[in-house]
Amino acid sequence: MLELIVFSLLNGLVYGLLLFMLSSGLTLIFSMMGVLNFAHASLYMLGAYLAYTISLKIGFWPGLIIAPLLVGVVGALIERYGLRNVHRYGHVAELIFTFGVAFLIEESVQLVWGRQNVDYREPEILSFPLFTLWGTDFPAYKAFMLAISVAIFIALLLVLTRSRVGLIIQAAITHPNQVAMLGHNVPLVFTGVFGVGSALAGLAGVIAGPALGTFPGMAAVLGSIVFVVIVVGGLGSLAGAFVASLLIGMLQTFAVAVDYSLEDLFAAVGITTSKTSALIDLYTVTVAQIGPILPYLLLVLILIFRPTGLLGKREV
Amino acid sequence: MLEVRDLHAYYGKSHILHGVSFDVRDGEIVSLLGRNGVGRSTTCKAIMGDVTPSGSVRFKGEEIVGLRPHQIAHRGLGYVPENRDIFPTLTVRQNLLMGQKQARREGRWKMDDMFEMFSNLRERADTPGGVLSGGEQQMLTMCRTLMGDPDLVMIDEPTEGLAPKLVEQVAELLATIARRGVSILLVEQKLTIALKISQRVFVMGHGQVVFEGTPDALRANEQIRREWLEV
Ligand SMILES: Nc1ncnc2c1ncn2[C@@H]1O[C@H](COP(=O)(O)OP(=O)(O)O)[C@@H](O)[C@H]1O
Ligand SMILES: [Mg+2]
Repeated sequence: MLELIVFSLLNGLVYGLLLFMLSSGLTLIFSMMGVLNFAHASLYMLGAYLAYTISLKIGFWPGLIIAPLLVGVVGALIERYGLRNVHRYGHVAELIFTFGVAFLIEESVQLVWGRQNVDYREPEILSFPLFTLWGTDFPAYKAFMLAISVAIFIALLLVLTRSRVGLIIQAAITHPNQVAMLGHNVPLVFTGVFGVGSALAGLAGVIAGPALGTFPGMAAVLGSIVFVVIVVGGLGSLAGAFVASLLIGMLQTFAVAVDYSLEDLFAAVGITTSKTSALIDLYTVTVAQIGPILPYLLLVLILIFRPTGLLGKREV
Repeated sequence: MLEVRDLHAYYGKSHILHGVSFDVRDGEIVSLLGRNGVGRSTTCKAIMGDVTPSGSVRFKGEEIVGLRPHQIAHRGLGYVPENRDIFPTLTVRQNLLMGQKQARREGRWKMDDMFEMFSNLRERADTPGGVLSGGEQQMLTMCRTLMGDPDLVMIDEPTEGLAPKLVEQVAELLATIARRGVSILLVEQKLTIALKISQRVFVMGHGQVVFEGTPDALRANEQIRREWLEV
């Protein structure tokens, strides 16, 4: 039991911080431009595939740096030459535009790299168990993912709250016109935020690729979870995105680890369920089986009972 | 210094400015007066490039219509928005830093000058701007724009809703600004301080300038005052 808790906590933290690397960029972009960027998860996917190719040619470590930078440039170009022109036609046009970009990226990735999983692996130097507890290994690569995520989290926090550009970003979220009239190039700041947000999505892909797999469906799998995260946290709230990332990270990893069903619960309290009961299919479903839908269940509950999200201010 | 000629501006399809013309000379204090809704703020925003105008705005001899707001600010134009529009979540100090166009570049005004003039701001330097009183927020909005070292500053209704004592403080700050060689375009509804400190005044009505002259000429012109200013 203790083993399950310790490992689920660690895995939940790794997964939760990975989710935050995606949801933080998405949240910042949403609060500045008021648009949900549906292409965000495709940039995550692009990051993983680019890093895979780079790792084949010159190794994992250069890929770790170069792939996110490339994805950041792609993101900045999308904002500068796409979104900015579409902006004058309103939010619906912007949403549809990001949908289009998402399809474009995902289809292009499959054209280039094919429809099979690619064998993107962690580097030799990180493929050993960091420690072994109760006979279970904790891989060094997961610790590495954790370290990168924590470093990014701290860097993001410092830049946003301590640096001059962070102040400009904070002020431009609520008062873009005022900030521009004080002499700051707000459109450039928007492009920069979009670029950095995209680079973070790319980086998330680079480090998640070897752990969660690099395959054509990876954007869809994580994209919908990240969407749940930012709605549960409260659209536009960075703190909310952080809390919700960890919450959903933990929720999913714990659920996967808990292999109990209602039947087991009933048995534990002394109720025997008839094997012929009409509800037998329901009784025998394990928590692990419903794990993947828990985030969506949470999403629905939040929308019903707290439509602003955990820490959000605006209605969704 | 600032020459506005035949300025037109629209919000969507509604035509707000119908050919506004006026000018501010070097070192001058000029007031732009008028009732609520006649287009004074829109005029300022059109000059700053926040609203896209047609017509001509020359600043220091250079045409600035078509430039973007931050470019216009860098040419030396400053705008103090109405309604004490500070950044509420940033601290007083951070609000002031946001006024600087580049890090560590100070011009006529240093942060300490602001704190010297308004000791309240010094005391509350590290509190969020949003919790200041109305008067403090007004001073902060003006100081924030001054930190960018403008050569001409447009100040939109700085005395609106302030107690008489605070109105005095605003008047003093305006005098200090002028003494340091900064030209001022003061936007007001009431005549109180405007007539006292301006060299020339312009009165707007329905998106056009309907009167221009000295404060004395406006004092003498009862008809204009009654038709376009008093309620
Ligand atoms: N953002 C806006 N959108 C549409 N109309 C506006 C907007 N801002 C101001 N107006 C309209 O433009 C006119 C002039 O407003 P404004 O320039 O604020 O006047 P003033 O500053 O002289 O009170 C008013 O009729 C006002 O209703
Ligand atoms: Mg106004």
